[in-house]
Parts: sequence; structure tokens; C-alpha cells
Amino acid sequence: MLLEVKNLKTEFKLKKGVVNAVDDISFSVDKGEILAIVGESGSGKSVTSLSIMGLIAEPGKVAGGEILFKGTDLTKLPVSELQKIRGDQISMIFQEPMTSLNPVYRVKDQIMESIMTHMKLSKEEALKRTVEMLDLVGIPSPEKRAGDYPHQMSGGMRQRVMIAMALACHPELLIADEPTTALDVTIQAQILELLYSLREKLGMAVLLITHDLGVVAEAADRVIVMYCGKIVEEADVKTLFTDPKHPYTVGLLESIPKMDDERERLYMIKGMVPNPLKMPKGCSFSDRCEKCMEKCKEHIPALIEVNGAKVRCFLYSDAEEGKV
Amino acid sequence: MQNELDAVVNEQASEVVLEKPESQLKEMWFSLIANKGAVAGLVIILLLTLVAVFGRFIMPYDPNYSDMTISFQSPSAAHWFGTDQLGRDIFSRIIDGTHISLTVGISAVALSLTIGTILGAIAGYRGGKIDTVIMRIMDMMLAIPSILLAIAFMAALGKGIDKAVIAIGLVCIPEYARIVRGCILSVKENDYVQAARVVGNKDFRIVFKHILPNVLSSIVVRATLGISSAVLDTAALGFLGLGVQPPFAEWGDMLGRARGFIFSAPYTLIFPGIAITITVLAFNLLGDGLRDALDPKSRKI
Repeated sequence: MLLEVKNLKTEFKLKKGVVNAVDDISFSVDKGEILAIVGESGSGKSVTSLSIMGLIAEPGKVAGGEILFKGTDLTKLPVSELQKIRGDQISMIFQEPMTSLNPVYRVKDQIMESIMTHMKLSKEEALKRTVEMLDLVGIPSPEKRAGDYPHQMSGGMRQRVMIAMALACHPELLIADEPTTALDVTIQAQILELLYSLREKLGMAVLLITHDLGVVAEAADRVIVMYCGKIVEEADVKTLFTDPKHPYTVGLLESIPKMDDERERLYMIKGMVPNPLKMPKGCSFSDRCEKCMEKCKEHIPALIEVNGAKVRCFLYSDAEEGKV
Repeated sequence: MQNELDAVVNEQASEVVLEKPESQLKEMWFSLIANKGAVAGLVIILLLTLVAVFGRFIMPYDPNYSDMTISFQSPSAAHWFGTDQLGRDIFSRIIDGTHISLTVGISAVALSLTIGTILGAIAGYRGGKIDTVIMRIMDMMLAIPSILLAIAFMAALGKGIDKAVIAIGLVCIPEYARIVRGCILSVKENDYVQAARVVGNKDFRIVFKHILPNVLSSIVVRATLGISSAVLDTAALGFLGLGVQPPFAEWGDMLGRARGFIFSAPYTLIFPGIAITITVLAFNLLGDGLRDALDPKSRKI
């Protein structure tokens, strides 16, 4: 097991109260696996990734649980140790390629910095490696482009540079936080293809954070569906798309427009994500759920296994959270 | 299919390479020299610098040589700006004063810029209690009129050119701290700062290598304008008899000592006054020009 997250809780202390952005989630990522975390805005997926990197800023903090990376608990490591792991063994790419490169430095300076921070290489060797990385992520004439400033590149190029930067030290785990959201569809496909092939070549694991089920279907091996800071369903990608269990997952899949659809209006899940300060007492999805029962409003269901997948819903089992 | 796509993208990419935009520095330079005021400022500053460095070779007289028999001479061919109450040549004294004004002005700014940048960077990047403590101290310093504070520092430190630098430098710290803090606050939330953290950089490196270069333009502009106010402050301290001590020629000191003769021998005041005005004006013009040149939005196309 490469990464094991156990009962992770991340909370934000606000003046109006405490928001549990990530509420007691557990999952694991195997070597070479692509695990997708899906969910809508505010479901806690980005907070999960930032928690793993140890980048939760005030007023938030990891309030409980363990993040075991190759057996070491990252939540207990001092910052200096964490800095050695960041960029070297765990790396991250961001949603916005337009803003995630520093405008005052050339592309090669930024990639070389990451290499020289973690590897004992001379400047020439680091530069050589930088060019290799740019070549690996499919940047044409990498020797020339390495000297470019970010503003001379397109969005897709910049995302490739970001990936090159993240991969420069051969991390074992890459966290990709919505890597394709800001890109247009053809570039999206290229970037996903790239991630996929790099996984094959380098054998790294990828934690793919996204709200796009199309991306999930294309790239992921296994999927976690998050809602309001909790995992509501976990399954391998085939099972999730052929046999979704949680009403929320069903709703998400239902909302994807289909080519042969005759309906005038697209399907949508009614209601809104509840205010994080005023969570329903029972299941957090209860007030939007079409199959909501009396019980759902009072009690929180437990995450239990059903036919090889995990789901948190009273439709499948009566087990309650904390009473298993 | 993928390869074809790649090929298309690559082709487009290589076309982009051909029309490489001009370097930012070049663009900035052209924008700066298109501004007549800034060019005038720059030329005057260059001349002043030359005078400060090579002044002793062009001075017609020893600036400190006093000959009471020729005191209060009106400007003439022998004494271009006249002579003062002790019969010293005012032109030579003004030339001699140039290097003191520039040295004090620039070193005071360097001092306050360094300390102010460090304090502002810590406050802006760290935030929280440290931010509150630093910025409230800065606010307290700003609440006292700067010249009064400088006088208080001079009183505590004693007189002299080095003390003047320290006093003026300390007084100007809050300005830089505030500007740097504000800039850092606006830059530090950018993804590339987060990316620098993800790569495993230490905080110190993130602040000085990734954040500060992005806010350099506002600091440069402020520092240029700051030199002019430091020159003015030096003159003010000199005028009050606190700055540079005789026999060194200092413009403010010259004004202060001659102020009793404003009606009988106005040239003893006019020329040092003009020297101060020109220096301050030059740095202000350059500062304004730099501000326009460094802000791409206000650049003329």
C-alpha cells in the first residue's frame, strides 16, 4: 500500500462555527493505481488533497486521523521532513495552469529548482533532466522551449510544464487536482492520455481529483464519490458506471447529457449542497434524495460493502455510522 | 489519432515560437524613454552623480576656504553663485554638497528598504499575530510626523552624517513595510506560490525567490520616490542644524545658516534651494516615469 488515509478529519474553525470539510474518510492508493475522487464543489475533495500535502492553511487544520505514506504518518512529520517528501516522493499539479507558473521565471528555472532541491545534481545535469522531462510530457523542441517564459506558452503547454515540474523527481504519488478543468476538450484528452502513459512508464500512482465523470471514466481504475466531506460510494470504475448504488451517484450519472436523449431538459439533482454549518442531522444527502426514508433524516448510514463496492446508504443496509 | 493531434499542436506551437515577444526589460525601457519627464529626471540624476563623484575636479575654489575680506559677494565671473557670510564660494560648496545629499539619500533609502522589506515580508507572509504586532508598530511610527521622529532619533544618536542616514532610514521603514506587505498579500495566494511549496521549497526561499520578484516593480518605484523625500529630509535636518556638521557643505545646512541674510544677500539661499529642488524633482520625475513604465496597463501602444 503506497498511501493509506485513515479516518482523516480536516476542519475549518470559522467565527460562525466549525466546518468539517473532510469528515472521517479512509481510503488507500496502491502502487501504480489511478484513484479518482469525484464530487461537486465543496464536497471536500480538494481539501483532502491539500491535507495529504500538508498545505492546509489557517484557519483550517487536520483535526484527526492518519495519512500513512509508505508507513510514515505525514500528519506527525515536522515541516522540514515534509519539505523533503514534497516534490520528491509526492507531487501535485493544479487546476489553473495559467496561474500556477511563476511569471518572472523561465520554464527551465522552475523545473530545475525542483530537481536541484531534491537531487544532488550539477546545474548541467539538472538542465539536461529538465529538457528530458519537457520532452517526456510532449513539448516540441524542448531545448528551445525550456528558455521560454510562461506567458509565451498556451494553457495546454503550461499544464504540460506543470506536469514536467511535478514529475521531475519521479514521485511515487502524483496528486492531480482537476488537471483538465481549465483546458479545452482536445487538450484535456491529451493531458489525460499523457497522465495515463506516464503512469505506465514510471509506475507512479495518481490521485485524480475531479468533478468530471467523463475524465473519471477515461482515466481512473477506482473511484471514490464524496459528498459533504464524506465518502458515499467507493467502487472500481466499471462497477460505478454500470451499477451505481448511492442515489447521489445515480443522480450524477443521470445528469450527464446523452446523445440519444429525447428529453427537453437535462436531469438534475434537486436542491443544493447543504450549508456546511447547518448539516442535516441524518444522511447529508437526505434532503435532496428521491428515495429518502424517515430513517435517513435521523441517522447517518455507515459505509458498508455491497457486491464488491462500498456504499453509504440505508437502501442497502441498516447499519448506522458508529454502531457497526 | 493522438499522434496526428500532437502533430497539429506541435506545428501551431512552433509557429508561436517565431513571433517571440520582445523582452520585458526592453519594452519597459522603451516605454520609459518615451516619457520626456522621466528622461529629464534620468539625465539630471546622471549629471548629479557625475558631479558627486568628480566634483572636486571641477570646483573652482576649496569649498571650506574662508576669506572674510570677500564675504557676501554677489554672483560674478569669479564667484558664479557669489560668496557666503564667511567668504566661501557658494558654487564650490554646492558642488561639494551634492555627494553628501546623494549619499545620505540613497543610503537612507537602502537602509529603510532592507529593513522595511524584511518586516513587510514577514508580516504579509506569516499573517496572524506577527502581522498585527509588526504593522501596529509601523502604524505608531507613521502616527508621529516623520521629521519630528527623525529629530528624536538624532537627539538620541547624536549629530553626524552617519547618524543622519540612520535617523532618516529608520523613519522611512513603515512606508516600505506597508507596501511590501500589501504586495505580498496579493501575490501569495497565487497558485505558483502553492506550487513552489509543493515542490518542497522552504518559506524563506518562497518569499525571496518566488514572491518578491513579482512585486519588485512597486518597490522600485517607491524607492525612487523615496530617495527624493530622503534628500529633502536630509536638507530639513541640516536646516535645523542637526544633520551634517560643519565644515562639510550640506545644502540644508547652508540654507539654515544663511537664513538671516535672506533680504540682504538672497543668493546665499537661492542657489542651495535650487539645488535641493532640482534633485528632488529629478527623482520624482524618474519615479513617476518608472511607475508608468512598470505598469503594463498604462503603457502606450
